[in-house]
Amino acid sequence: MTDLAWIDGAITAARPQAVGALLRYFRDLDIAEEAFQDACLRALKAWPKNGPPRDPAAWLIMVGRNAAIDGVRKRSRQTALPHDEAALSDLEDAEAPLVERLDGADYRDDVLRLMFICCHPELPQTQQVALALRIVSGLSVRQIARAFLVGESAMEQRITRAKAKIAGAGVAFETPGPAERAERLAAVAAMVYLIFNEGYSASGSERAERSPLAAEAIRLGRLLLRLYQTEPEIMGLMALMLLQQSRSAARFDADGGIILMDDQDRGRWNGAMIGEGLALIDKALRHRRTGPYLVQAAIAALHARAATPADTDWAQIDALYATLEQLQPSPVVTLNRAVATSKALGPEAALAMIAPLEARLSGYFNYFGVKGALLLQLDRRAEAREAFDRAIGLANSTAEAAHIRQHLDRLAADAKAAGIS
Amino acid sequence: MLYAILCYNAEDVVMSWSQAQDDAVMDQLGVVHQRLEREGKLGPSLRLMPTTAATTLHKQKDLVIDGPYAETKEQLLGLYIVDIAGLDEGLAIARELGKANPGGAYELRPLRLYLPGVDMPATESA
Repeated sequence: MTDLAWIDGAITAARPQAVGALLRYFRDLDIAEEAFQDACLRALKAWPKNGPPRDPAAWLIMVGRNAAIDGVRKRSRQTALPHDEAALSDLEDAEAPLVERLDGADYRDDVLRLMFICCHPELPQTQQVALALRIVSGLSVRQIARAFLVGESAMEQRITRAKAKIAGAGVAFETPGPAERAERLAAVAAMVYLIFNEGYSASGSERAERSPLAAEAIRLGRLLLRLYQTEPEIMGLMALMLLQQSRSAARFDADGGIILMDDQDRGRWNGAMIGEGLALIDKALRHRRTGPYLVQAAIAALHARAATPADTDWAQIDALYATLEQLQPSPVVTLNRAVATSKALGPEAALAMIAPLEARLSGYFNYFGVKGALLLQLDRRAEAREAFDRAIGLANSTAEAAHIRQHLDRLAADAKAAGIS
Repeated sequence: MLYAILCYNAEDVVMSWSQAQDDAVMDQLGVVHQRLEREGKLGPSLRLMPTTAATTLHKQKDLVIDGPYAETKEQLLGLYIVDIAGLDEGLAIARELGKANPGGAYELRPLRLYLPGVDMPATESA
C-alpha cells in the first residue's frame, strides 16, 4: 500500500469526527463540509512531506477550522460593511483556544449528531441514505447517483433539497441528555442498517455499483460501536451485518442469479466475519437486554453455525422469531418465522401461520413466494402455481423474478410430463 | 533471542480499507512472513479482531467492561513472535513489515518466557 493510499484511508476514517466537530463549531453544514475539504487538500500536501500526524482527525479539525475562519475573514473584508465587524470578532474568539482538548465525549456526540441529522423523519428513507453517504461517508454525488441508478444532476438536486430540509429543521447543538442520546442512537442504527440493506439486497446488474454500500455500513457500524462500546443493540446490529455479509460471496451464481441459503457453498462464507459476529453476540448476551438487532443476529448466527443446511437448529430459530414477533410485531416478521416453522413443524403449520397475513401482504413479493413454496411442499400444485404467478407479478428485481420463474417452469414441465405418461 | 513484535495501528483507518486493500497489505506482509519462516525465525503470528470485539476484566472488583483495556490512538491489532539475534535485527524486520503495512508503530519487546502450549491449527477465525 502506498503512503497516498494510507492517507486516503486516514482521511476517510477521520471524516465523521472531523466534519462532526466542524459542524459543532460553525453550526452550518456547508461551511463544515467546505472546511473539511480545505483541510483535506492541505493534508494531501503536508502529510506526504512531514509524515501523517499522530491524530489525523484532530489535525483536520484544526486546519479546517482555521481555513474556514480565514475564508470568512477574507469575504468580510471584500464586503466591508460595518455590521460585519461583530461577526469578525466572534470568529476571532472562536479561534483563540486552538489547542483544544479533543474530548472523547465531545467526539461521540459530534459523530452521533452528524449521523443523526441525516435521519430527519420527514426525509424519505432513500434520501436519508443518500445524505448519509454524502455527508458522513464522503462519497461523491456521482458515486451515490450510480448506486441509486439515477443521473448525477438528479442526485445533486435530491441531496441539496434534503440538506435544505435539515438546515431548516434546526439541529440541537447542546450536549444531548441520556434519553435524547438513546433516541438518536436508535435512529442512527436504523439508518446504518438501511445503508447496509441498500448494498446487501442489490442483485443482478445493480450489484457492482451498490454492494460496496454494505461494506460502508459495516464501517459506520464499527465506528458507532467504538463510540458506544457497551450498547448491546449496537453489538447486535454489527453482528447482524457481519453475519449476513459473510455469505455475500456465496449468494449469487455466475450470472448474478440468487442462490438460496440451502444451496450456497458454505465453504465460501467468510470465516473472519462470522467469527467477529459470533464474538459480538457473545458479548451482547452478557447484558441480558434483548433487542430486535440482537435477536436477528442470533438467528443469523444459527445459520452460520450450521455446517450443512440439515444441521440448522430450526426449532431454536423458530423460538427466536417468536421473540422478535413480540419485540417488533409485523406481518413480515411472522412471514419469516413461517419459513422456520415449516422446517421445524412442517408446511401445514406454516401455511396456517401466514394465512391471516394475506390481506396485509397482498402487495408483497415474498409473501406469495413463501406461500407458493409451502403449497409446493404439500403437493398442492394448482394453488402453488397461482401463488407463484402473483409473486412474479410483484418481483422487485429480475433476479427475484428469475427465481420464481424456475418454480413455474418446473411445475409446467411436471404437468406436461404427467400429461404424456 | 525471542522477541514479540507488537503491531499498533489506527484501527479506524485499517477498518476503512477495502477488502482489496486489506488483501494487498496481507499479501505484501506474506512475502516477509514467508522469508522469516524459511529462515526459521518466525514463531506464532496473530491478527486480532477489532477492539470492538474485546472485553476487559478488571481484576480488583471483578468488573467486566466492553472494549479494550486501554483507549489509545493506535490499537494493538496483532503480534509476531520472532527468534532473532537481537534488537538490530528486530528493527530491520519491523522496518520491512512497515513498508508493507504503513501507519502506526511496531513495539519490540523481548520475551521473558515462551511456552508454546498445545499445537493449534492455523485458522482465519476461531
